[in-house]
Amino acid sequence: MVTIDRNGSDNIQVLSRKDFVSDQEVRWCPGCGDYSILAQTQRVMPDLGIPRENIVFISGIGCSSRLPYYMNTYGFHSIHGRAPTIASGLKTARPELSVWVITGDGDALSIGGNHILHVIRRNVDLQIVLHNNEIYGLTKGQYSPTSPLSKVTYSSPMGSIDWPLRPLAVALGAEATFVARSLDIDPHHMVDMLGRAHEHRGASFVEIYQNCNIYNDGAFEEFTAKDVRADRMLFLKHGEPMIFGKAEDKGIRLNGLKPEVVELGKDGVTVKDILIHDETIEDPTIAFMLSRMDYPEYPVPVGVIRAVQRPTYNDLMDQQLAKAVETQGEGNLDELFRQGDTWQVEEE
Amino acid sequence: MTTLTREEQPEVIDLDRVTIRFAGDSGDGMQITGTQFTRTSAVFGNDISTVPDIPAEIRAPQGSLPGVSAFQVSFSSYDIFTPGDVPDALVAMNPAALKVHLADLPKGGILVCNTDEFNESNLKKAGYTSNPLDDGSLSAYRVFPVPIGTMNSRALKDVDLTAPLKDRSKNMFALGLMFWMYSRPLETTIKFNEQYYGRRNPVVAEANIKSLKAGYNYGETTEVFAQHYHVPKAKLPAGLYRNITGNEATAMGFLTASKLADRPLYYGSYPITPASDILHALAAFKRFGVKTFQAEDEIAAIGTAIGASFGGLLGMTGTSGPGIALKSEAIGLAVSVELPLVIIDVQRSGPSTGIPTKTEQGDLLQCMFGRNSAAPVAIVAPATSSDCFYMAIEAWRIAIKYRTPVIFLSDLYLGVGSEPWLIPNYGDLEKMDANFATDPETFKRYARDPETLAPPWAIPGTPGLEHRVGGLEKQNITGNVNYEAENHDLMTKLRAEKIERIANDIPDLEVFGDEGGGELLVLGWGSTYGVNRTAVQRSRTAGLSVSQAHLRYLNPFPKNLGDVLSRFKKVLIPENNLGQLQLLVRGRYLVDAVGLHRVTGRPFTISEVEVKIREMLG
Repeated sequence: MVTIDRNGSDNIQVLSRKDFVSDQEVRWCPGCGDYSILAQTQRVMPDLGIPRENIVFISGIGCSSRLPYYMNTYGFHSIHGRAPTIASGLKTARPELSVWVITGDGDALSIGGNHILHVIRRNVDLQIVLHNNEIYGLTKGQYSPTSPLSKVTYSSPMGSIDWPLRPLAVALGAEATFVARSLDIDPHHMVDMLGRAHEHRGASFVEIYQNCNIYNDGAFEEFTAKDVRADRMLFLKHGEPMIFGKAEDKGIRLNGLKPEVVELGKDGVTVKDILIHDETIEDPTIAFMLSRMDYPEYPVPVGVIRAVQRPTYNDLMDQQLAKAVETQGEGNLDELFRQGDTWQVEEE
Repeated sequence: MTTLTREEQPEVIDLDRVTIRFAGDSGDGMQITGTQFTRTSAVFGNDISTVPDIPAEIRAPQGSLPGVSAFQVSFSSYDIFTPGDVPDALVAMNPAALKVHLADLPKGGILVCNTDEFNESNLKKAGYTSNPLDDGSLSAYRVFPVPIGTMNSRALKDVDLTAPLKDRSKNMFALGLMFWMYSRPLETTIKFNEQYYGRRNPVVAEANIKSLKAGYNYGETTEVFAQHYHVPKAKLPAGLYRNITGNEATAMGFLTASKLADRPLYYGSYPITPASDILHALAAFKRFGVKTFQAEDEIAAIGTAIGASFGGLLGMTGTSGPGIALKSEAIGLAVSVELPLVIIDVQRSGPSTGIPTKTEQGDLLQCMFGRNSAAPVAIVAPATSSDCFYMAIEAWRIAIKYRTPVIFLSDLYLGVGSEPWLIPNYGDLEKMDANFATDPETFKRYARDPETLAPPWAIPGTPGLEHRVGGLEKQNITGNVNYEAENHDLMTKLRAEKIERIANDIPDLEVFGDEGGGELLVLGWGSTYGVNRTAVQRSRTAGLSVSQAHLRYLNPFPKNLGDVLSRFKKVLIPENNLGQLQLLVRGRYLVDAVGLHRVTGRPFTISEVEVKIREMLG
């Protein structure tokens, strides 16, 4: 991508992925899914058309939250769960910046659960990327709010008795305008999703399945492994029928309010019976249905699940400020000081 | 009612100071009544000092003891520092108000009672077994029984309102009566009613004005009052004045700071008593470019403020004690990333939820130390309601210059109390410079100014300064994450030293009284200023060797504090807590400071401090 060089308008500088690699040594465990997320994040940056100095990555605490250190942009590694609050402050203070929130399943949905709800419902124009590995990695292997029931970890030796949250359903419940899912081992898909998240005006929520090869290895493997992926995952495309399978022979049909997997050509099922994916439907019912579809009963949906338009919080805030100036005039401090009843005390 | 002849006109007595307390049901409009009396007295030219006493319950049952709301105003012909210990006159709109407040009225005090409300049901709710107006129990006071409700409804017989709505004007009748008793003009309140209700609800304005005049005329024409009083104008420094509450002064001070620094103000806050007024005031400053963010909780509130400061705005948050507890971790983050930030704490009674509508000075140690590890911040504490304006500007001056969080430690008494404010000219105030880093060649995120030890403020959008900050320990100079032992030791000491060096940049502590020293120094901070000053003044008049010093900077302390302490044989520290400044002073200066500790939810009375002074010098 081409951007204006900081030294002058006629000096054109082409940024590449390398320009977004910081000088810090990456310290995730070898084999961690976070490497791929970092690489795709760096890859997508040059395509955004934004000068590097206007990009900010803000994170909380956890393995994923180390990511800003490795991005050669502005970055803020904050405190556990609070990245959405700092990002909200920065974006509303400086709306011209591109602000990204990097978080994990524990950071976003446990300690930061409250903030994730509110940043999404306010529709602050941010990109929120949730690395979901269904485990606490940095603290060395305790169950997380997305770990499945009965998960055996150091803190749940007899199996977790916590019912897990579904991140996309939480986002939709919080009135999200943009919800997508991707996976660490599909770089092209992830680049696409990160680009779409950036394009969307409003709070964009992207869940990325991320393998923790130390404490939760293979958590997603039974449907993400290359040889089974086509049959066990549903790659959503706007305006296209929800068809999956190596032979593209299976699809999702609505039976009343319940989705069902059907085989094309069997029992008279044709492509016309298959649900067409529409990201832009205001009503979140289908999106919610997709957010709950899970293997093995269903293929696991990935892609943009919902992308609808609603005014952003930062735009509304700026509009109010502009309107206040328009209707009341710019503020004058000396006038403000003298408002109301005043009285003069004369020199003796 | 007969009109008095000229010879029989009530006698006018000159007084130099009067304190009146209006007390009634929370629905009786006592706060408006008190505020109007204050505005009128201020415009008239008296020095004033006020304090509201608001019930904790929003709508306690009518006529009940917890539902009593009160407002005390003191006005004088000389410089005053407190709203008075005890009222000279008490207006009791119902039996519950009498029950709650009579104990504070000295014998011989004026007591105006609204007889209409002294019926069996209300007496019972207030716990009276017989009517105090009839049973002789009030014989020690100058009691003026006035059927305020009845008189008021008669005065409004031609006004087109329902009876209950007419009854709501009765506070204006009471106000009119007190205006007559203390020789105040009606114009300010008439103008207020015209402006406030005039357009929206002209009938209410008409009713209020009629009631006000009826009350005044009642005083003038009845034989009930043999005397009325006059308090001449005060001799304040020349200039233009207005009445101001501490919270108003706080909001305006912070707005002014942002203009002086030429950076927009950003206020993230979660509603909490008694700090919400500041959020309301700042939310109304949109035309000044102020951005306010009502957050989902206290932590989010400070998070947004830190984000805004990271972006180069003046990010602030405001709360009360419980909110500070929730913000602790984020304050520590701001200490670690060394960004300018201001945190307002309008203290209230604690612990936990405590008494949200009562004052206290219980958060000093929380603000000093309430974070994990060594996380020093600067702390300023306004001494009076109008001082909130100047200390708000000071808070930002320090925060910007030293790239540090600064806690602005106010309290409920300062926040809701009011006094005259000598209005400054904006042009006379000193400008500040955000002084952002811009040069990629020399930029190091943790390189420090040799004098202040402040690191640069480098904001996103600046080409070539892309960098990462965070709560992990960082290497000196570069800011890279670093866990080395010696580096951590150095960084911890640098962060502390930076705050200590602010002492080079703040005014010396002044002594009121004997600068060269003496028997006793009364040392205070925050809202005890007025009480301490008055108690010291009175004791000095009585010939005692006592002086006063008042700290407006609590961290670091002024450089000469140790020296000042050493000049006095004894030191007394009155605090509305169990000795927090006392602990700091004793620990730091090895001075055997004596404490006076009252935690009643109310400010000290002057006499409490005076008695202690006498005891220590006795």
